[in-house]
Amino acid sequence: MGTLVEEIFSRKAGRRVKAGEIVLLDVDYIMSHDNTTPLAIKAFREIGKPIRDKDRIVIHFDHAYPAPNVLAAENHRKILDFAKEQELPHLYKQGVCHQVMIEEGYVTPGSIVIGADSHSNTYGAMGAFGSGFGSTEIAVAWVTGKCWFKVPETIRIELHGEAQNGVYSKDVMICIAGLLGMDGATYRSVEFGGEYIDNLPVHERIVFPNMSTEIGAKCGLIAADEVTINYLESETPARGPFERIVPVNPQYERVIEIDVSIIAPQVACHPDVDNVKPLEEVKGLEVHEVYIGTCTNARFEDIEIVANMLKGKKVNPFVRVIVTPASERIYRKALKNGLIEILMDAGCTVTATGCGACIGRHGGILAPGERALTTMNRNFIGRMGSPLSEVYLASPATAAATALTGRITDPREYL
Amino acid sequence: MGKAWKFGDNLNTDEIIPGRFNITIDPLELAKNVFCEIKPEYAKGVRPGDVIVGGGNFGCGSSREHAPIAIKGSQAKCVIASSYARIFFRNAINIGLPILECPEAANDVEEGDEVDVDLTSGQIINATKNKTYQAHPLPDFVLKIASAGGIVSFLKEHDIQELMS
Repeated sequence: MGTLVEEIFSRKAGRRVKAGEIVLLDVDYIMSHDNTTPLAIKAFREIGKPIRDKDRIVIHFDHAYPAPNVLAAENHRKILDFAKEQELPHLYKQGVCHQVMIEEGYVTPGSIVIGADSHSNTYGAMGAFGSGFGSTEIAVAWVTGKCWFKVPETIRIELHGEAQNGVYSKDVMICIAGLLGMDGATYRSVEFGGEYIDNLPVHERIVFPNMSTEIGAKCGLIAADEVTINYLESETPARGPFERIVPVNPQYERVIEIDVSIIAPQVACHPDVDNVKPLEEVKGLEVHEVYIGTCTNARFEDIEIVANMLKGKKVNPFVRVIVTPASERIYRKALKNGLIEILMDAGCTVTATGCGACIGRHGGILAPGERALTTMNRNFIGRMGSPLSEVYLASPATAAATALTGRITDPREYL
Repeated sequence: MGKAWKFGDNLNTDEIIPGRFNITIDPLELAKNVFCEIKPEYAKGVRPGDVIVGGGNFGCGSSREHAPIAIKGSQAKCVIASSYARIFFRNAINIGLPILECPEAANDVEEGDEVDVDLTSGQIINATKNKTYQAHPLPDFVLKIASAGGIVSFLKEHDIQELMS
């Protein structure tokens, strides 16, 4: 018996483990990307031992891809040469790492997937333990196949009710970030459940574990159910039987109950994710860029919401509106369904997939004094470029409405 | 004995080293830009033995190891904070940057105070204020990694299972 993270870890450990214990566990997959792999290679060389299981290593090119400068190109070269030398089988240039990990079936219920990226918590949406680590620990896992974990205490967030029209999981999660604060769940596992989650499709569920990172959580988990299994079987190459691990008589450190039906569209304002305001309070604020992208909100359905709102209209000509699909697969589907054409007709710039703009690397950098409204998960000072720029976080629908007017706008006016 | 450089709560990895500088993994190169946006005088003013003093949730944000590496590269002796963000905590231990958890010192020490730290005992002496603080002890297996100088050095000599024994 235990919380979801205790159940997952107990299954792996082959014995009952409890919050507070330190365990050394085998990991199923080890993820890293072009920003974090070079340091892992360096640590790997220093350790001087062979890779334990190549099949468990997955490397993505997404943070600065295609290379925006010579140094990024050198990083790519370093990784590709290493992959060739070690004959690593799983290399991806098909999109944002977390999306591709899920699409390609690496993330299954009950598995442990560690990543050299803080948003590796995303994998919790499939009922897997996912968490972010530094590059050195990734190298350690390459060599040992293992990682140590302190079994975390759990905060359970019960979400009841039905969201209003124009309110999405992003609004609910931003609201939670505001309630808990950016260190509100430090070292904790955050379990998201309740009838609101039960009724939510996977693409909306993903937002919760993804942004659990922003409140300090070690992992954000949603127990696998029919929705998860159907998604895995229809949308990914992963094949069952899948273990449906659920909490059993769990002891939570804290249970937070939220009625989502009273939540209106929310915005996380510059410069902290917990500087949250109802959209109403920041309505009309001028923006210079609207960015729809990232591992948080650039899935097919997100792009569909935006395209439906922009269809036959023109975005504000004084605003740069950039759409970056989270993966190539999403890009292709959006192309096939005519969404990319709608976005281009409306004046959006559709870019190749990747993370560049979200880390201020390339593909949407902000100038001093500029303000962006984005579908990202993080709005630290200077995140998208100049330290004198501002980043606001919101749902794709709010981003689309704001793209039309050039000012933070309530999406419900356009739905 | 070194000088204290004081930072606030929720110091994030972008503030430690902005993402645009993470194209290198050279500690000395990274150190040139450490804290460049929030304390631009640090990189030039820091001396070996100086100490970083933060507040709560130190090092939140990205998983980038560039952040503790940049601090280590700057020759600071250690970080003292009231609490750490989890990935930063692991990263610092793994790369061999000494970190101490001590809310009392984190609250009390001011910018420029002369501070001496005994990393083994966790005792922190503030010569300016004539005070002594005691940091929380680190778990045993963390000490094993720290005393080897980081996880890489540990693994050169040991099997990972030995962490738990």
